[in-house]
Amino acid sequence: MSFLIEVNNKQIEARKGETILDALKRQGIHIPTLCHIKGSFPSGSCRMCVVENVKTDRLVTACSTPVEEGMKVLTHSPRVIESRKTIVELLLSNHPDDCLYCVRNKNCELQDLSEELQVRERRIKGVKNSNHLDRSSASIVRDPDKCILCGRCVRICEDVMGVACIDFINRGSQSVIGSAFNIGLNTSSCVNCGQCIMVCPTGALSEKSHFPELIAMLNNPEKTVVVQYAPSISVSLAEEFKLPAGLDINSLMNAALRKIGFKYVFDTTFTADLTIMEEAAELVERVKTGGTIPMITSCCPGWVKFAEEFYPEMLPNLSSCKSPQQMMGAVIKTYWAEKAGLKPENIYSVSIMPCTAKKFEAQREEMTNKGITDVDAVLTTRELGQLIRMFGIDINNIAPETADSPLGFRSSAGKLFGATGGVMEAAVRTAYNMLTGEELLRFKIEALRGLDGCKEASLDINGLIVNVAVVNGLANARILLDQVKKGKKNYHFIEVMACPGGCINGGGQHIGASEEAVKARMKALYDIDDKETIKVSHKNPEIIQIYKDFLGKPLGHKSHELLHTHYCKRDVLL
Amino acid sequence: METNIKSILNNYPEGSADSLIPMLQDIQEHDGFLSKEAVIEVGKYLKMPASKIFGVATFYNQFRFTPLGKNHIQVCRGTACHVLGSATVLEEIEKNIGVKSGQTSRDGIFSLEVVACIGACGLAPVIAINGNFHAKVTGESIKEILENYRNQE
Ligand code: SF4
Ligand code: SF4
Repeated sequence: MSFLIEVNNKQIEARKGETILDALKRQGIHIPTLCHIKGSFPSGSCRMCVVENVKTDRLVTACSTPVEEGMKVLTHSPRVIESRKTIVELLLSNHPDDCLYCVRNKNCELQDLSEELQVRERRIKGVKNSNHLDRSSASIVRDPDKCILCGRCVRICEDVMGVACIDFINRGSQSVIGSAFNIGLNTSSCVNCGQCIMVCPTGALSEKSHFPELIAMLNNPEKTVVVQYAPSISVSLAEEFKLPAGLDINSLMNAALRKIGFKYVFDTTFTADLTIMEEAAELVERVKTGGTIPMITSCCPGWVKFAEEFYPEMLPNLSSCKSPQQMMGAVIKTYWAEKAGLKPENIYSVSIMPCTAKKFEAQREEMTNKGITDVDAVLTTRELGQLIRMFGIDINNIAPETADSPLGFRSSAGKLFGATGGVMEAAVRTAYNMLTGEELLRFKIEALRGLDGCKEASLDINGLIVNVAVVNGLANARILLDQVKKGKKNYHFIEVMACPGGCINGGGQHIGASEEAVKARMKALYDIDDKETIKVSHKNPEIIQIYKDFLGKPLGHKSHELLHTHYCKRDVLL
Repeated sequence: METNIKSILNNYPEGSADSLIPMLQDIQEHDGFLSKEAVIEVGKYLKMPASKIFGVATFYNQFRFTPLGKNHIQVCRGTACHVLGSATVLEEIEKNIGVKSGQTSRDGIFSLEVVACIGACGLAPVIAINGNFHAKVTGESIKEILENYRNQE
């Protein structure tokens, strides 16, 4: 049902049950918010979104007040603006004000609001915050001094990620956000997904930087510095340079990476194909020999840690495959090093990931082979953007290049890894071939595409019915796994990606992207799959080559040594 | 200790989130503080993340996370005590025993707690050590009082 409300002396249409904020948004009226997260229950705590309710002569929060028929609202009256401005001034009163040194300089909601509301003098002086910087996590840095206590991180961590490892601690002016006992994120159940960074309006949350060491290595003549990038980077990096969302700048990125000084440029999508070979073989083996079913994907390090903490009894269900990042790391320092005539210890291996949890994954002890780490440094999409700017590269003005070979050629199936459902689609294509010796006629599995949190499909492989499910957002994984545990759902294969939408919306991606931007990235991946001819991992010529020259066969001895791993129950504060 | 926590939890068979605060109070009553183990146990029992329980517990002044010292000092910060200088007294105690409210001194001899009103305004500024009241304390007299407790060791 819809009715009229009066906004700034004009009648607009409003729908029963929606909030004032939603109604205004449709009319193109922008109301500032700080604590609001789209899709989450409104907390109404920051009071940035107040509007004047003319009939009651009150300021009400637009994010949590439902529209009422005939209501009259002023969105930018002097009283409203004064109130919003005061809130910003109060937030600034104890803020460190070190914008020039802040990771979020020029991309900060507090800065924007201060500018929008024309805060030009320090009217309210307070004692500056002084708390411990939490650098205990391998992925996430928390600077409580910059925190404005909006609570977005707390809600995303609980509602979307189902982790709930952080909350408000203490009260009043002593309030901080932290994990249980406030003894550091690394003691908590934090899965390093970085979704909290994505919603934080300020520089209170950021990824742990591997910059200084990387720069040193680029200038170290004894080291050969090589780089790999994940499937989703080429379709999300553009936004770091204000280019359209979903623009695929793979070849420009190759060129930029070489200009920065990376000697060899590899595509993690190649090892996504390799992962599919191993994982599909593992699935086929489990199904044929009555192994542990459902098998669950293991390429998302946020999900893997989540399973180790909350579902240790299901660890045997996880595929033993390392993630594409780690597989690439392992083959660079063995297969490729040998070909290139380099000692593994002289290779410094960097990866560009859409993800903060990959930083944690790279330093897991299982990811070291005979004292040699698979991957030495992990940068997020954002950090790559910074690096390109730091090296003065004009991405709009460079000649395209291709990745190095071997380890640079990919199928379009591997590219799908970047979005929720993509690992499943790619795996099904290859598993079908392994089971039947034939190729799937219809490659696209529409039911597994799109941004829905939980998707399922039943596939008929020559009479063998295979039930699969795809979840993204770990809160959705919880729901699904609990049903599986209770026996209410029966699947053969489940894909889990921690972040909502998958890696295209990972915690290392551009901050401030809209849902439309994420959809554009997803579409870009699907377009690549539509356009290209090699649509299955097992037809990637470099994959065929690496099995011929080096690995032997999927699940063979070499694969087990280099490409597979194990998991362990984690003792953290749950 | 664990068995004690279990037996406290068993007094709340419905295991609902509403019983969180009474549970924590019972545990503190018994142990003198909320240990990490206790918070974890309560979390398991109520199916509530440890971060949430810690968040709730730190919201209230009444909960502490370190064991009590041999001598537990309660400093009244009510209005009457405040007017007559309890801030100075508190500051002096903090300096003297080297910890802040909610903490226990390293040697375990003292623990400190700030309370709202003890209800003995006539004696302001007043402190209680192990339940014994000390009236009209000053920044000077408190030193001697603390010294006496120290000498009892
Ligand atoms: S990284 Fe993810 S799990 Fe960790 S605190 Fe942030 S949202 Fe929660
Ligand atoms: S850390 Fe960021 S998201 Fe979390 S409460 Fe503080 S300002 Fe908000």
